[in-house]
Amino acid sequence: MDWSQSLRLIAPEETLSVASLVLLLVAAWGGDKAAKLISVLAVAALVAAGILVAPALCGGAMGAETSAFFGQYRADAFASYAKILIYLSAAVSLVVAPAYFDRFKAMRAEYPVLVLLASIGMGMMVSATDLLTLYIGLEMNSLAAYVLAAFLRTDGRSAEAGLKYFVLGALASGILLFGMSLTYGFAGTTSFAGISASMAQGLSNGALFGIVFVFAGLAFKISAVPFHMWTPDVYEGAPTPVTTLFATAPKVAAMALTMRVAIEAFGDQAAAWQQIVVFAALASIVVGALGAIGQTNIKRLMAYSSINNVGFMLVGLAVATPQGVSAMLFYLAIYVAMSAGGFAVILMMKDADGNPVEELAKMAGLSRTRPGLALALAMVMFSLAGIPPMFGFWGKFLVFKAAVDGGMIALAAIGFAASVIGAFYYLKVVKVVYFDEPADVVKGESDVWHKLILVLSCVFISPLGFLLTKWLGHLSETAAAALYSGL
Amino acid sequence: MIGVEHYVVVSSILFVLGVLGIFLNRKNVIVLLMAIELILLAVNINLVAFSAFLHDLTGQIFAMFVLTVAAGEAAVGLAILVIYFRGRGSIAVDDVNRMKG
Repeated sequence: MDWSQSLRLIAPEETLSVASLVLLLVAAWGGDKAAKLISVLAVAALVAAGILVAPALCGGAMGAETSAFFGQYRADAFASYAKILIYLSAAVSLVVAPAYFDRFKAMRAEYPVLVLLASIGMGMMVSATDLLTLYIGLEMNSLAAYVLAAFLRTDGRSAEAGLKYFVLGALASGILLFGMSLTYGFAGTTSFAGISASMAQGLSNGALFGIVFVFAGLAFKISAVPFHMWTPDVYEGAPTPVTTLFATAPKVAAMALTMRVAIEAFGDQAAAWQQIVVFAALASIVVGALGAIGQTNIKRLMAYSSINNVGFMLVGLAVATPQGVSAMLFYLAIYVAMSAGGFAVILMMKDADGNPVEELAKMAGLSRTRPGLALALAMVMFSLAGIPPMFGFWGKFLVFKAAVDGGMIALAAIGFAASVIGAFYYLKVVKVVYFDEPADVVKGESDVWHKLILVLSCVFISPLGFLLTKWLGHLSETAAAALYSGL
Repeated sequence: MIGVEHYVVVSSILFVLGVLGIFLNRKNVIVLLMAIELILLAVNINLVAFSAFLHDLTGQIFAMFVLTVAAGEAAVGLAILVIYFRGRGSIAVDDVNRMKG
């Protein structure tokens, strides 16, 4: 392995880095007038990076060598799968932004640059095979995300969301780092392969503490219970395009990162962390479902829904088999589409003055004034609840199938029962939209880009999505196999 | 003789103080930032102590990265705090409560 090979393997990150630095200069000179142009160029950079990672997804144009920089970094099919989802979500959050921010005269030029910088960090997270790379990637993503959460400077809620996200995110990074320092001390190395080799000879108490702290820190980042308390506040307070990003791309990145750490670094000691993951999975499903019931703000409701969905994905990780991992990856793809669709609906709900409508009560009777929008919302809710004709059902089915095949029947049974609680509040939204007396508030014109995102994601989560089952299943199996081949 | 376990005990105490500082402090957001720094310093003590004990440089390089990121984190945190203060006129932790539930 030489440097040129390494530099070739990180081509997508290089593209994004150069693009974000150049666009930062354009932003410095062009000011906010150039914001739309910068957005377009940023989307182009994300598409280019997506094209660059695509070959590795289909088995690897780079040949068998996927490891770069002396085992610090790996560009395998697993990373490519996650990166394509990340770049897609980042592009969606860029596309939907101008129409929202123009309303507040806040479409500033640094928004696309920050999204690009966060995407580089997320790409590093999913490719990291060393604790140091992992930390740098995580912080690159987090620092950009804190700023994005507080992006609407004049809105008190946005600033408060940024502050809360910053304090709790920094605490999570600290806990994760403490775990990594213990892991380094007791394993004697920071590379995942080295940690795995060292832990294969037995687990000392210090290393066990390391594993627990690392998982606690990662649970914060994926907003799994009991480290979920920041999620509703940040989702509600952050500007909706930013929330769209938070609900999709960082979730994918943190989830993929958790999978890689769990399987590649701690895979030999699966028994030590499986019970943690099982607890986090079940607690997330239950708390996500119960917490959502009393919510009146649709963004908070989506936050609890994301906690709930993370729980289902963790069921796949708890099994710790290639089948479980591929089920999780499949679920992630569907989850991204459902979230993008859900937030596109939220972005499209505006009152006569063009102000965003977020209260559930003001959406009552939406089906009479905006039948298309109400239908899309109902589809997203049915899909999130996992009701069969929708594609969301297939994700849940795969995860529970992996759990049953892996011998964790109790976990599958409890998770399955708890998903019924979740169905309650999803159906409540449908009931409010279809059967309540019209509140007649949602009247604003919708942006064409919002419509486009909504239509695309609704087609994906509709029963038509099942046509993709075979293809997407093949991709997620290749990705899971790549993760396990690194062992 | 001071062994590596002494360093780990000190860093664990610092870490716990930092975490408690975040959860028990009800006065001022600046104190939260200090508590976060305390956590990162606890991690650095760990890393450097292990590095010396293992005769392996990785830990010290890691500590350099942590210091650098901590500086960036403090900058971003204080910037967010400034815009928060502009909107609210207070940085008391108990006032950070516009969203609940």
